[in-house]
Amino acid sequence: MVHILQQVLNALQLGSVYALICLGYTMVYGVLRLINFAHGDVFMVACYIGFFATTYFLTRGHLAPTTTFVLGMMLAMMLTALLAVLIERVAYRPLRNAPRVSAVITALGVGIFLENFTLATLGPEPRHMPALVPVVNYHVGGVVISSVQVVTIAVAVLLMLLLDTTVMKTMTGMAMRAVSFDRTVAPLLGVPVNRIISITFALGAAVAGAGGILYGQAYPIIDPYMGIRIGWWAFIAAVVGGIGNIRGAMIGSFILGFIEIFTPVVLPSSTYRDFVAFSLLLLFLVFRPTGILGQPATKKV
Amino acid sequence: MHKTSRKPQLIWWVLLAFLPVTVVLPELGLINPYLQQVFMYVGINIILTVGLNLVNGYMGEFSVGHAGFMGVGAYVSAILTVWVLPRQYGPFLFPFVLVAGGLAAALAGLVVAIPSFRTRGDYLAIVTLAFNMIVKSAIENIEAVGGPRGFMGMDKLTNMAWVYAWTLLTLYCVRNFVYSRYGRGVLSIREDEVAAELVTVNTRQCKVLAFVIAAFFAGVAGGLFAHLLQFINPRSFALFPKSTEILVMVYLGGIGSIGGSVLGATIFTVVLELLRPLGVWRWVVVPLTLVLLMIFRPTGIMGLREWRPFIPPGELLRPAPGRQEVKAGAPAAD
Repeated sequence: MVHILQQVLNALQLGSVYALICLGYTMVYGVLRLINFAHGDVFMVACYIGFFATTYFLTRGHLAPTTTFVLGMMLAMMLTALLAVLIERVAYRPLRNAPRVSAVITALGVGIFLENFTLATLGPEPRHMPALVPVVNYHVGGVVISSVQVVTIAVAVLLMLLLDTTVMKTMTGMAMRAVSFDRTVAPLLGVPVNRIISITFALGAAVAGAGGILYGQAYPIIDPYMGIRIGWWAFIAAVVGGIGNIRGAMIGSFILGFIEIFTPVVLPSSTYRDFVAFSLLLLFLVFRPTGILGQPATKKV
Repeated sequence: MHKTSRKPQLIWWVLLAFLPVTVVLPELGLINPYLQQVFMYVGINIILTVGLNLVNGYMGEFSVGHAGFMGVGAYVSAILTVWVLPRQYGPFLFPFVLVAGGLAAALAGLVVAIPSFRTRGDYLAIVTLAFNMIVKSAIENIEAVGGPRGFMGMDKLTNMAWVYAWTLLTLYCVRNFVYSRYGRGVLSIREDEVAAELVTVNTRQCKVLAFVIAAFFAGVAGGLFAHLLQFINPRSFALFPKSTEILVMVYLGGIGSIGGSVLGATIFTVVLELLRPLGVWRWVVVPLTLVLLMIFRPTGIMGLREWRPFIPPGELLRPAPGRQEVKAGAPAAD
């Protein structure tokens, strides 16, 4: 029982990191109807920014680990947001009115470009993210809760609430929902569509940037290809939860976190996890393509 | 009434006449092994590209996991030659082995076609993507075929003549399919699925056929690939780079065009070989090219046009230019 609770905690931790990445997928899909396949690699870039920033702050700036953590996260969030806005401006905006397939292929292309550009410039060797959160283990009824887990889950939940409030309660959020609802009518009502789309990309990437730092604290090894796997998993989470739906994304991410942690418990090896996750995705697509919280789309004739 | 003839034009006989040349050239040592290798890669890639073009170009669906079918075909045919069939008859049984690999892949294509009845566009893209990932992940977990370490022990049965013959056969079959009744059905699905159904096109049948044919040839290509390299591993059939490469070739050459696929596969394969000295930077240049291509010429080099030899004689209607998906507020394309 204690063992299971321990694993539940690990699943929650992983799920919250997935959720932070997943939100970027789902927000962009909600607004642009574009599967932004480059998002996983934007997350990877965020990890690298976090790595270089925190290492610099620690070794050259002689800052305390906690300050470094906060500063590093803010820097990573800002720079990744900038990167995502840049990608949107250069690669996606010219294709806004092209067939959707073109945009999806472009997204795939941008993702591969980011991976291999990082590989070519920074080299293939994995790097080790410095530990910034002072490790304290709390023992609660036999379950060991580490401070890293507490921080990860807390920051993730805070960011999710913030994002949910932004989308549901603010003027910008309302504009985002308006663009998502109808991109033709929204500008007629005075919604600056281009700016709203840029903001959406920036928000999604910033949250993924925070996810990058949190991920680096829990699993400190980063390499240029990490974005593919984690990106795919976050993407499955988005589809399972109902792509385009922010709350669905959170639910989907926690489900995926549980799958990843509990696959080795049930099946002989952790190598089955991709198989399980993608089979779940396939089942959802066949039986409930709109995901858990998605609205079924009606086909207009 | 006007009738389209199925009979091959002269050009097909000329192409067929080249078959003995592909047998003789390597026998006489007139072509070095590296060029042979490149030639065979080009052929295999043409088979893959034409197949995917059927689904992505002619039918207007978006399948991204074509390497999954290739993987099924490669493993099935490799297992057949290594474990099941007597090795001394290998060269004679090779075509049957390839067909068996193709049929296994076609079965997988049938499975993938079923969700396409209900979903289109993005969701179908995700289905094919998931299929690709599942194939790779499943092979990685089957210890009997080597798991992630891969599978080897095949004889080098693939040669220039086989690749050339299968490439020709694929092109000819796809040409006949595209200009058949079902092919027109497939085109009508691209233009407007609901309207197609209303004029009694059996869209389900057309979709299944297109998927199965594309998967079959991908399976054959996989078999050729396996017996060319004599070593396969699950990563050879992953979404990246293989599936992505096939997508690039389709969209580079031109969607909805057999000639375009030949051109796209040839140019891409040769250029990739020429860029070999660039090392890692090769994979920086390729995606960048893809992005630029999508922005400046999204229909590819041929852009829905077709080469004469690939249009059956008497065919009056060339495939209609794909209706651009014009979003409200956008200036009308072309």
